[in-house]
Amino acid sequence: MEPLDRDLEEGLLELPSEPMMLNMGPSHPAMHGTVRIVLELSGEQILKADVQIGYLHRGFEKMCERGTWSQVFPYVDRCNYVSPMLNNVGYALAVEKMLGVTVPERCQYYRVVLGELARLCDHMICSGAMCMELGAFTPFLYYARARENIWDIFEEETGARVTHSFGRVGGMASPPTKYFKDMVRAAVPRVIALIVEGEKMLLKNRIFLDRLEGVGVMSKEDALALGWTGVVLRASGVPYDVRKAHPYMVYDRMDFDVPVGTAGDNYDRFMCRQEEIRQSARIIEQALAQMPDDGPINIDDPRVVMPPKNDVYTTIEATIQHFKIVMEGLKVPAGECYSYTEAGNGELGFYLVSDGSGTPFRVRIRPPCFASTQGLEQLIKGAMIPDVVPTFGSLNMIGGECDH
Amino acid sequence: MGDMTTTPGSSVRVLEGSETGFATTKLDALLNWAKKYSLFQYPFVTACCGMEFMAMASPRFDMARFGAEAPRFSPRQADLLWVVGTISQRQAPALRRIYEQMADPKWVLAFGTCASCGGFYDNYTTVAGIDKIIPVDVFVPGCPPRPEAVLDGLLLLQDKIARGTREPGIVKPRRDAAVLGANLVKLGKKDKAAP
Amino acid sequence: MSKRVLEILGERFGHDVLETHSQFGDDTAVVNPARWLEIATFLRDDSRCAMNMFVDITAVDYLGRQTPRFEVVMHLRSLERGHRVRLKARVGDEDGQNAEIDSVVSVWKGANWFEREAFDMFGVVFRGHPDLRRLLMYPEFVGYPLRKDYPADKIQPLVEFRNVPGKLPPFGPDEGMSFGRQTHDYRRDEPGGEAN
Repeated sequence: MEPLDRDLEEGLLELPSEPMMLNMGPSHPAMHGTVRIVLELSGEQILKADVQIGYLHRGFEKMCERGTWSQVFPYVDRCNYVSPMLNNVGYALAVEKMLGVTVPERCQYYRVVLGELARLCDHMICSGAMCMELGAFTPFLYYARARENIWDIFEEETGARVTHSFGRVGGMASPPTKYFKDMVRAAVPRVIALIVEGEKMLLKNRIFLDRLEGVGVMSKEDALALGWTGVVLRASGVPYDVRKAHPYMVYDRMDFDVPVGTAGDNYDRFMCRQEEIRQSARIIEQALAQMPDDGPINIDDPRVVMPPKNDVYTTIEATIQHFKIVMEGLKVPAGECYSYTEAGNGELGFYLVSDGSGTPFRVRIRPPCFASTQGLEQLIKGAMIPDVVPTFGSLNMIGGECDH
Repeated sequence: MGDMTTTPGSSVRVLEGSETGFATTKLDALLNWAKKYSLFQYPFVTACCGMEFMAMASPRFDMARFGAEAPRFSPRQADLLWVVGTISQRQAPALRRIYEQMADPKWVLAFGTCASCGGFYDNYTTVAGIDKIIPVDVFVPGCPPRPEAVLDGLLLLQDKIARGTREPGIVKPRRDAAVLGANLVKLGKKDKAAP
Repeated sequence: MSKRVLEILGERFGHDVLETHSQFGDDTAVVNPARWLEIATFLRDDSRCAMNMFVDITAVDYLGRQTPRFEVVMHLRSLERGHRVRLKARVGDEDGQNAEIDSVVSVWKGANWFEREAFDMFGVVFRGHPDLRRLLMYPEFVGYPLRKDYPADKIQPLVEFRNVPGKLPPFGPDEGMSFGRQTHDYRRDEPGGEAN
């Protein structure tokens, strides 16, 4: 029999081949619905990736130019639909910055609590979806069940579970209900308990850790240059949180920590999100304790805030006020402004241009996950196809926000 | 004839099965029974309705009790296409292709207002309702629809499968305030009675 | 603190900084588009400014209100100093031609997709961009949607729409759910029933 180990030249063993193009298409279970990644592969390894977004482009900026300033709220809700309250608050703050008004304190606490509840939902679902895509279906179900608790609160307060459109310029659509504080205080510990249960299943699992650790590493300088903000930036080691760096509303009265990672890999992003969930719970607790139980929610400016419905039907002033705000829109002084808040994914910016009328001239949303998804190509180059799934999941790309 | 008055003052008439279509043979009835309780879904999820889709699949609203739990992420293996969320013009060819790849018998459920009629996205980039691209069996309006409404849509679809009809249906509220007339201002009542 | 940045810019670039303002607290400088890249590089490298965080690039269409028509707007932030600045440059003719400006991708990698989006939506060409093609719209799309002269509801479908006669929405009152459904026969509500 011939010996098996014959001396062969290395070159003879390599088969010449062209790299294979694989399309992780726009309809894909792990692509969060709407991203197409065209991969150039050599075997299982990715040589080049072309991330194509825009499959959920719904013309947000063009639609805003066709209504009034208040009619933007439903559109803005549907941008980051996992944490819609944060978008509402961000946009309301932007218009209020241009108007030069500050909402009363009770409203600020209300906005903070609802916003942090929305942030809880966002981080939970991001972690849950990432686990589901890795095959761990159970933590996803636990987190989805936990989210139902939070959505019960939103349903009680705003009337809707997902897209509330609850923010208004100069306040909120309606004041907190009688049971608001009790419901939140009852729900948050249950949510945290479910989070802990989910983590118990994951954090000691060798497979889970192997798939996340060391994969999708982004260095600090690259993350800054790419325009990353939020959890993905903090996981790379930069302690930048808009709530601490440029405090807005009553965040400067809250005592909370900002988790910062070291390695900048998927595991760090996952753990930063989990820790932020706990910090959000802390903020909610403090805000509820500090929130006044009575007081106005809306500012007292008839040019901005709608009058109560009773008055609209009985007094002429309220009728005119209602008419002007609905038909012409509230008048924002001409000029431009950029206002930013910490949304679920990072710095959510609104660049508004007004020409002095009730219709926005330009509403530009600066989506945090647009910048994050931009970095995806760099993260997956050189990795294998299975690495794409947790990497993409850990970036928390929300289609509505990325494609606006 | 199945005339039921459930609350005083309301007139809700539940139609019997024999009034609208019927399965032709016992074998058909058996096959339809099997098909309707074992739907393999292809969740074509794009936007915010996906949140309610996930909620519907999760423990509280449990889609599994209707037999429609198992998602198959290949259109060749699925028979129910859930179009969840807004379909943009760019996404439309992908949707069309996925529909064409599915094997008969197949059904389509348009989940949400954007899939049913485009919603309030009346612009250059949104397809105003997926029935412009693929035939739809059940429309579930809502932005996003409550999971209960979607389950109603699923039940409606199962009903259609049992009956063997292919006419599109739309989910309507079971207790429509406009019909019950509670707390509504009745306008123009006097005009109706006038000759 | 950000006003310092405007002062430094003014000192260094003199007449190329056309105007500055701080409306609503945002420090803004309108600059000459010909020196866009130089100014961007200076802002990143100068240690007093140290703008290493790229925030946003977009464009605004002022059709009919000013010429040049487009304004390219860039927002920057410094991590170490925490100050922000907005840079603007005006480009483009009435009909949208000659809307060209240098790309700052070589300064911050993050400008890549933001510039692609501005190109896609407005038609502003970024010279020196490594891969300037449409991002949000499909390649077959003609026109630039966010321009003021593009009608919002002008669609360019990729898939031919079905034209199915017969049963398509809107639905009448007797169509739809066959169970648990009320007949929307309003007259049944009133006394006298269907006699009305």
